[in-house]
Amino acid sequence: MYGYVGKILRINLKERVANVEALDLEVAKKFIGGRGLGTKMLMEEVDPKIDALSPENKLIVVSGPLTGTPTPTGGRYMVVTKSPLTGTVASSNSGGYWGAELKFAGYDGIIIEEKADSPVYVNIEDDKVEIKDASNLWGKVVSETTDLLEKEYGGKVKVLTIGPAGEKLSRIAAIMNDKDRAAGRSGVGAVMGSKNLKAITVRGSNRKAKVKEPDKLKQVFSRSIKKIRDNGVTGQGLPTYGTAVLVNVINESGVHPTNNFQDGFFGNADDISGETLAEKYLVKKEACYRCPIVCGRYCKVDDIEGGGPEYETIWAYGSDCGVNDLGEIIKANYWCNELGLDTISAGATLAAAMELYQKGYIKDEEVDGPPLEFGNAHAVMEWTKKMGLREGLGDKFAEGSYRLAEMYGAPELSMSVKKQELPAYDPRGIQGQGLQYATSNRGGCHVRGYLISPEILGLPEKLDRFSLEGKPTWVKIFQDLTAVIDSLGLCLFTSFALGVEDYADLYNAVCGTDHTAQSILQAGDRIWNIEKLFNLESGLDSSDDTLPKRLLEEPIPEGPSKGWITKLDEMLPKYYEERGWDEKGVPTEEKLVELGLLMKTKA
Amino acid sequence: MDIEVRFFATLREGRGKKVYLDYEEGIDSYNIIRLFKIKEEDVAILLINGRNGELNTKLSKGDIVSIFPPVGGG
Repeated sequence: MYGYVGKILRINLKERVANVEALDLEVAKKFIGGRGLGTKMLMEEVDPKIDALSPENKLIVVSGPLTGTPTPTGGRYMVVTKSPLTGTVASSNSGGYWGAELKFAGYDGIIIEEKADSPVYVNIEDDKVEIKDASNLWGKVVSETTDLLEKEYGGKVKVLTIGPAGEKLSRIAAIMNDKDRAAGRSGVGAVMGSKNLKAITVRGSNRKAKVKEPDKLKQVFSRSIKKIRDNGVTGQGLPTYGTAVLVNVINESGVHPTNNFQDGFFGNADDISGETLAEKYLVKKEACYRCPIVCGRYCKVDDIEGGGPEYETIWAYGSDCGVNDLGEIIKANYWCNELGLDTISAGATLAAAMELYQKGYIKDEEVDGPPLEFGNAHAVMEWTKKMGLREGLGDKFAEGSYRLAEMYGAPELSMSVKKQELPAYDPRGIQGQGLQYATSNRGGCHVRGYLISPEILGLPEKLDRFSLEGKPTWVKIFQDLTAVIDSLGLCLFTSFALGVEDYADLYNAVCGTDHTAQSILQAGDRIWNIEKLFNLESGLDSSDDTLPKRLLEEPIPEGPSKGWITKLDEMLPKYYEERGWDEKGVPTEEKLVELGLLMKTKA
Repeated sequence: MDIEVRFFATLREGRGKKVYLDYEEGIDSYNIIRLFKIKEEDVAILLINGRNGELNTKLSKGDIVSIFPPVGGG
C-alpha cells in the first residue's frame, strides 16, 4: 500500500476501547482521503439529522494520502463531523506537524465515537493506544495542556487539544494542534468537548512513507517546488509578509468589510497591515511540515507572544470591529489560540455584538465588560476571554453571531451563511466570491473556493470582479479543485503556483493511481456532491444557499466598490445547472450515477 | 497635487508608502512605473481608484494609483 497506510483507528469513548480496522482502499481512492474520505465515512456512520453535540455524532480525524510523504506541504489533517454551528457537514483542516505524525504512527484516520463519562485524552504511540484520565488537563488553556503532555511523553510528541471554549461547547470552538495551528471552523472543538475528549497525543516511529514511484515523485517534486519558489505569491509575497499582506490590497479594492459589513473600506487599514506587522511585531516566521512557503508568523506585543495573526484574524478583530490597534488584535488572537476559538467566527461575532449594541438591541445594563463600541480595541481582547470562558454576556457570544443576533430578534445582523460567519471579503464587490459563499457546503467560508484569486489577485488569470459572466463555471471548478487539495492532505496555498495536473501527478507518483486532470477534478466533484447530500439529508435546502440580506439589498456605501450588491439571483440557477443539479439545488439521479454515488436503477 | 501613488509590500522599499505627483497631460500608468524604477514584472496588481488598471491606462486629475507586487493569502 502506497501513500495510505491502510489502517483506521476506531475509538469508543463510552466503552473506552480502541480497535484497528483495515482501510477500504477502493473507497479511499474514490474519495481520495482527508475531507473526501472523512465525509464518506461520516455519511455511512452518522445520521445527518442528529444533534451535533450528542454522543451519536462522531469525530473523524483523517489524513490525506500525501500527508507525511515527501510532497510540498504534505502535512495536513482534516476533522470531519457534523457541525454544531451550521448543522452541515464540517470539515476543518490544519497544518503544523500533528497530521504527519498520525501517519508515522501508522494510521490514515481515527473515528471517535460516543462520549466518555469523565474527561479523557487519547495517547497514541504506534500500536499502543491508551485512553487516559484528563481531569488534570480539563479547564487548562492550549499552551499549558500541550506543555503538560509534552512533559509526560517527551518533547517529540505531537499534541492536538481543545481549550476551555471547546470544553464549554462553544459553537465556534476550534481544535488546536502544535499550540497555534487550528482546525478552526464550524465548531469542531465543541464536538470534541461534547465527548469529554480533551486531547490526542501522537508519536510515530515509521517516518518513511511508502511511495509507489520514487523516481517519478522526485521529478514531480522538483517541478512543483520550482513552481512554488518561482511564483510571486508563494515564493515572495507569503514568505515575506504572511497572509496579512492581503489587508491593503483587499481594502484598496473597497471589499474589506468594516464595522460588521456596514462599509467596505477601512480608512486605517495600513495600521493593521502585513507591512505594519512585519515592521512592529514580527519575531520570526514559522513553517508547517515540509512547507517551502513559510507563511506562518510569530509575533510579540507587551508580555504576550505566539503564532499568528493571519489575515482573516486581523480583519475580523480589526476592520470588522472598527479596530486599528494591531497590538490588541495580536492579543485577541493569542487568547483565541489559548481558549481554542475560531478567530474568524469569534471576531465576526464581536462585530455583530457591536452592531447589536450600536442599534440598541444590547442594552448598557447587560454589558458586563468594556463598552461594545466599534473601534474599542481593548474591548475585543477582553470580550474574547469572556466569550471563550462563557462568562457573563460572553456566554451568549460563545453561540456565534447568528444565534446571538437571533436572541435579540435581529438575525439579519449576523453576517453569516448557514449560520457560519463570513470571512474577510465583501462579496458585493466580488461577484464570484459571493456565489461561492452562498453555495459553500460548510457555510460562510473562503477556502471552499477562493475566487479572490482570479477576481482580485489576477491568478491564474484576471477576471472582472463585478461581472457575472462565467462565474458559475469558475466557482464550480474552484470548489472541485479545492476539494481535491483538501483531500490529498496538501495546503490550499500551493494552488497559487500549482495546477490541477501537478496535483494529479503528485498523487499518481505517491499512490500509483492513474489520474488525469479531468479525472481528479471529477473526484473533487464527487466529494462536493457527497457533502451536498449530507446537508440535504440534514434538512437544509436551496433557501440556505443565500447571503445575509444586507449583502443582497444594501449597496456598499463608500469606496471603490460603492453602489454594488451581490447579484446572487442571477448566478445561482446557472450554478445549479453547471453542477448538474435540479432547479432546487438537488443533485439529479443522472449526476449521482455519473459520479458513482448511486447505482443506476432499472426503469 | 493631482495624482496619488501608493506603494505596497516590497515596493515600499526605498519609495515610502505614498507619493503625490503633479498631473501632466497624457500621463499613463507606465510613466508612473518608470518614474519610480519599478520593473514591469514586479507589478502584479495595479489599481486606479480601486479598479483594475492596465499599464497603458491614461490617468486623470485626482486619480489614486495603487501598485502591488505579487500578494496572496487567505
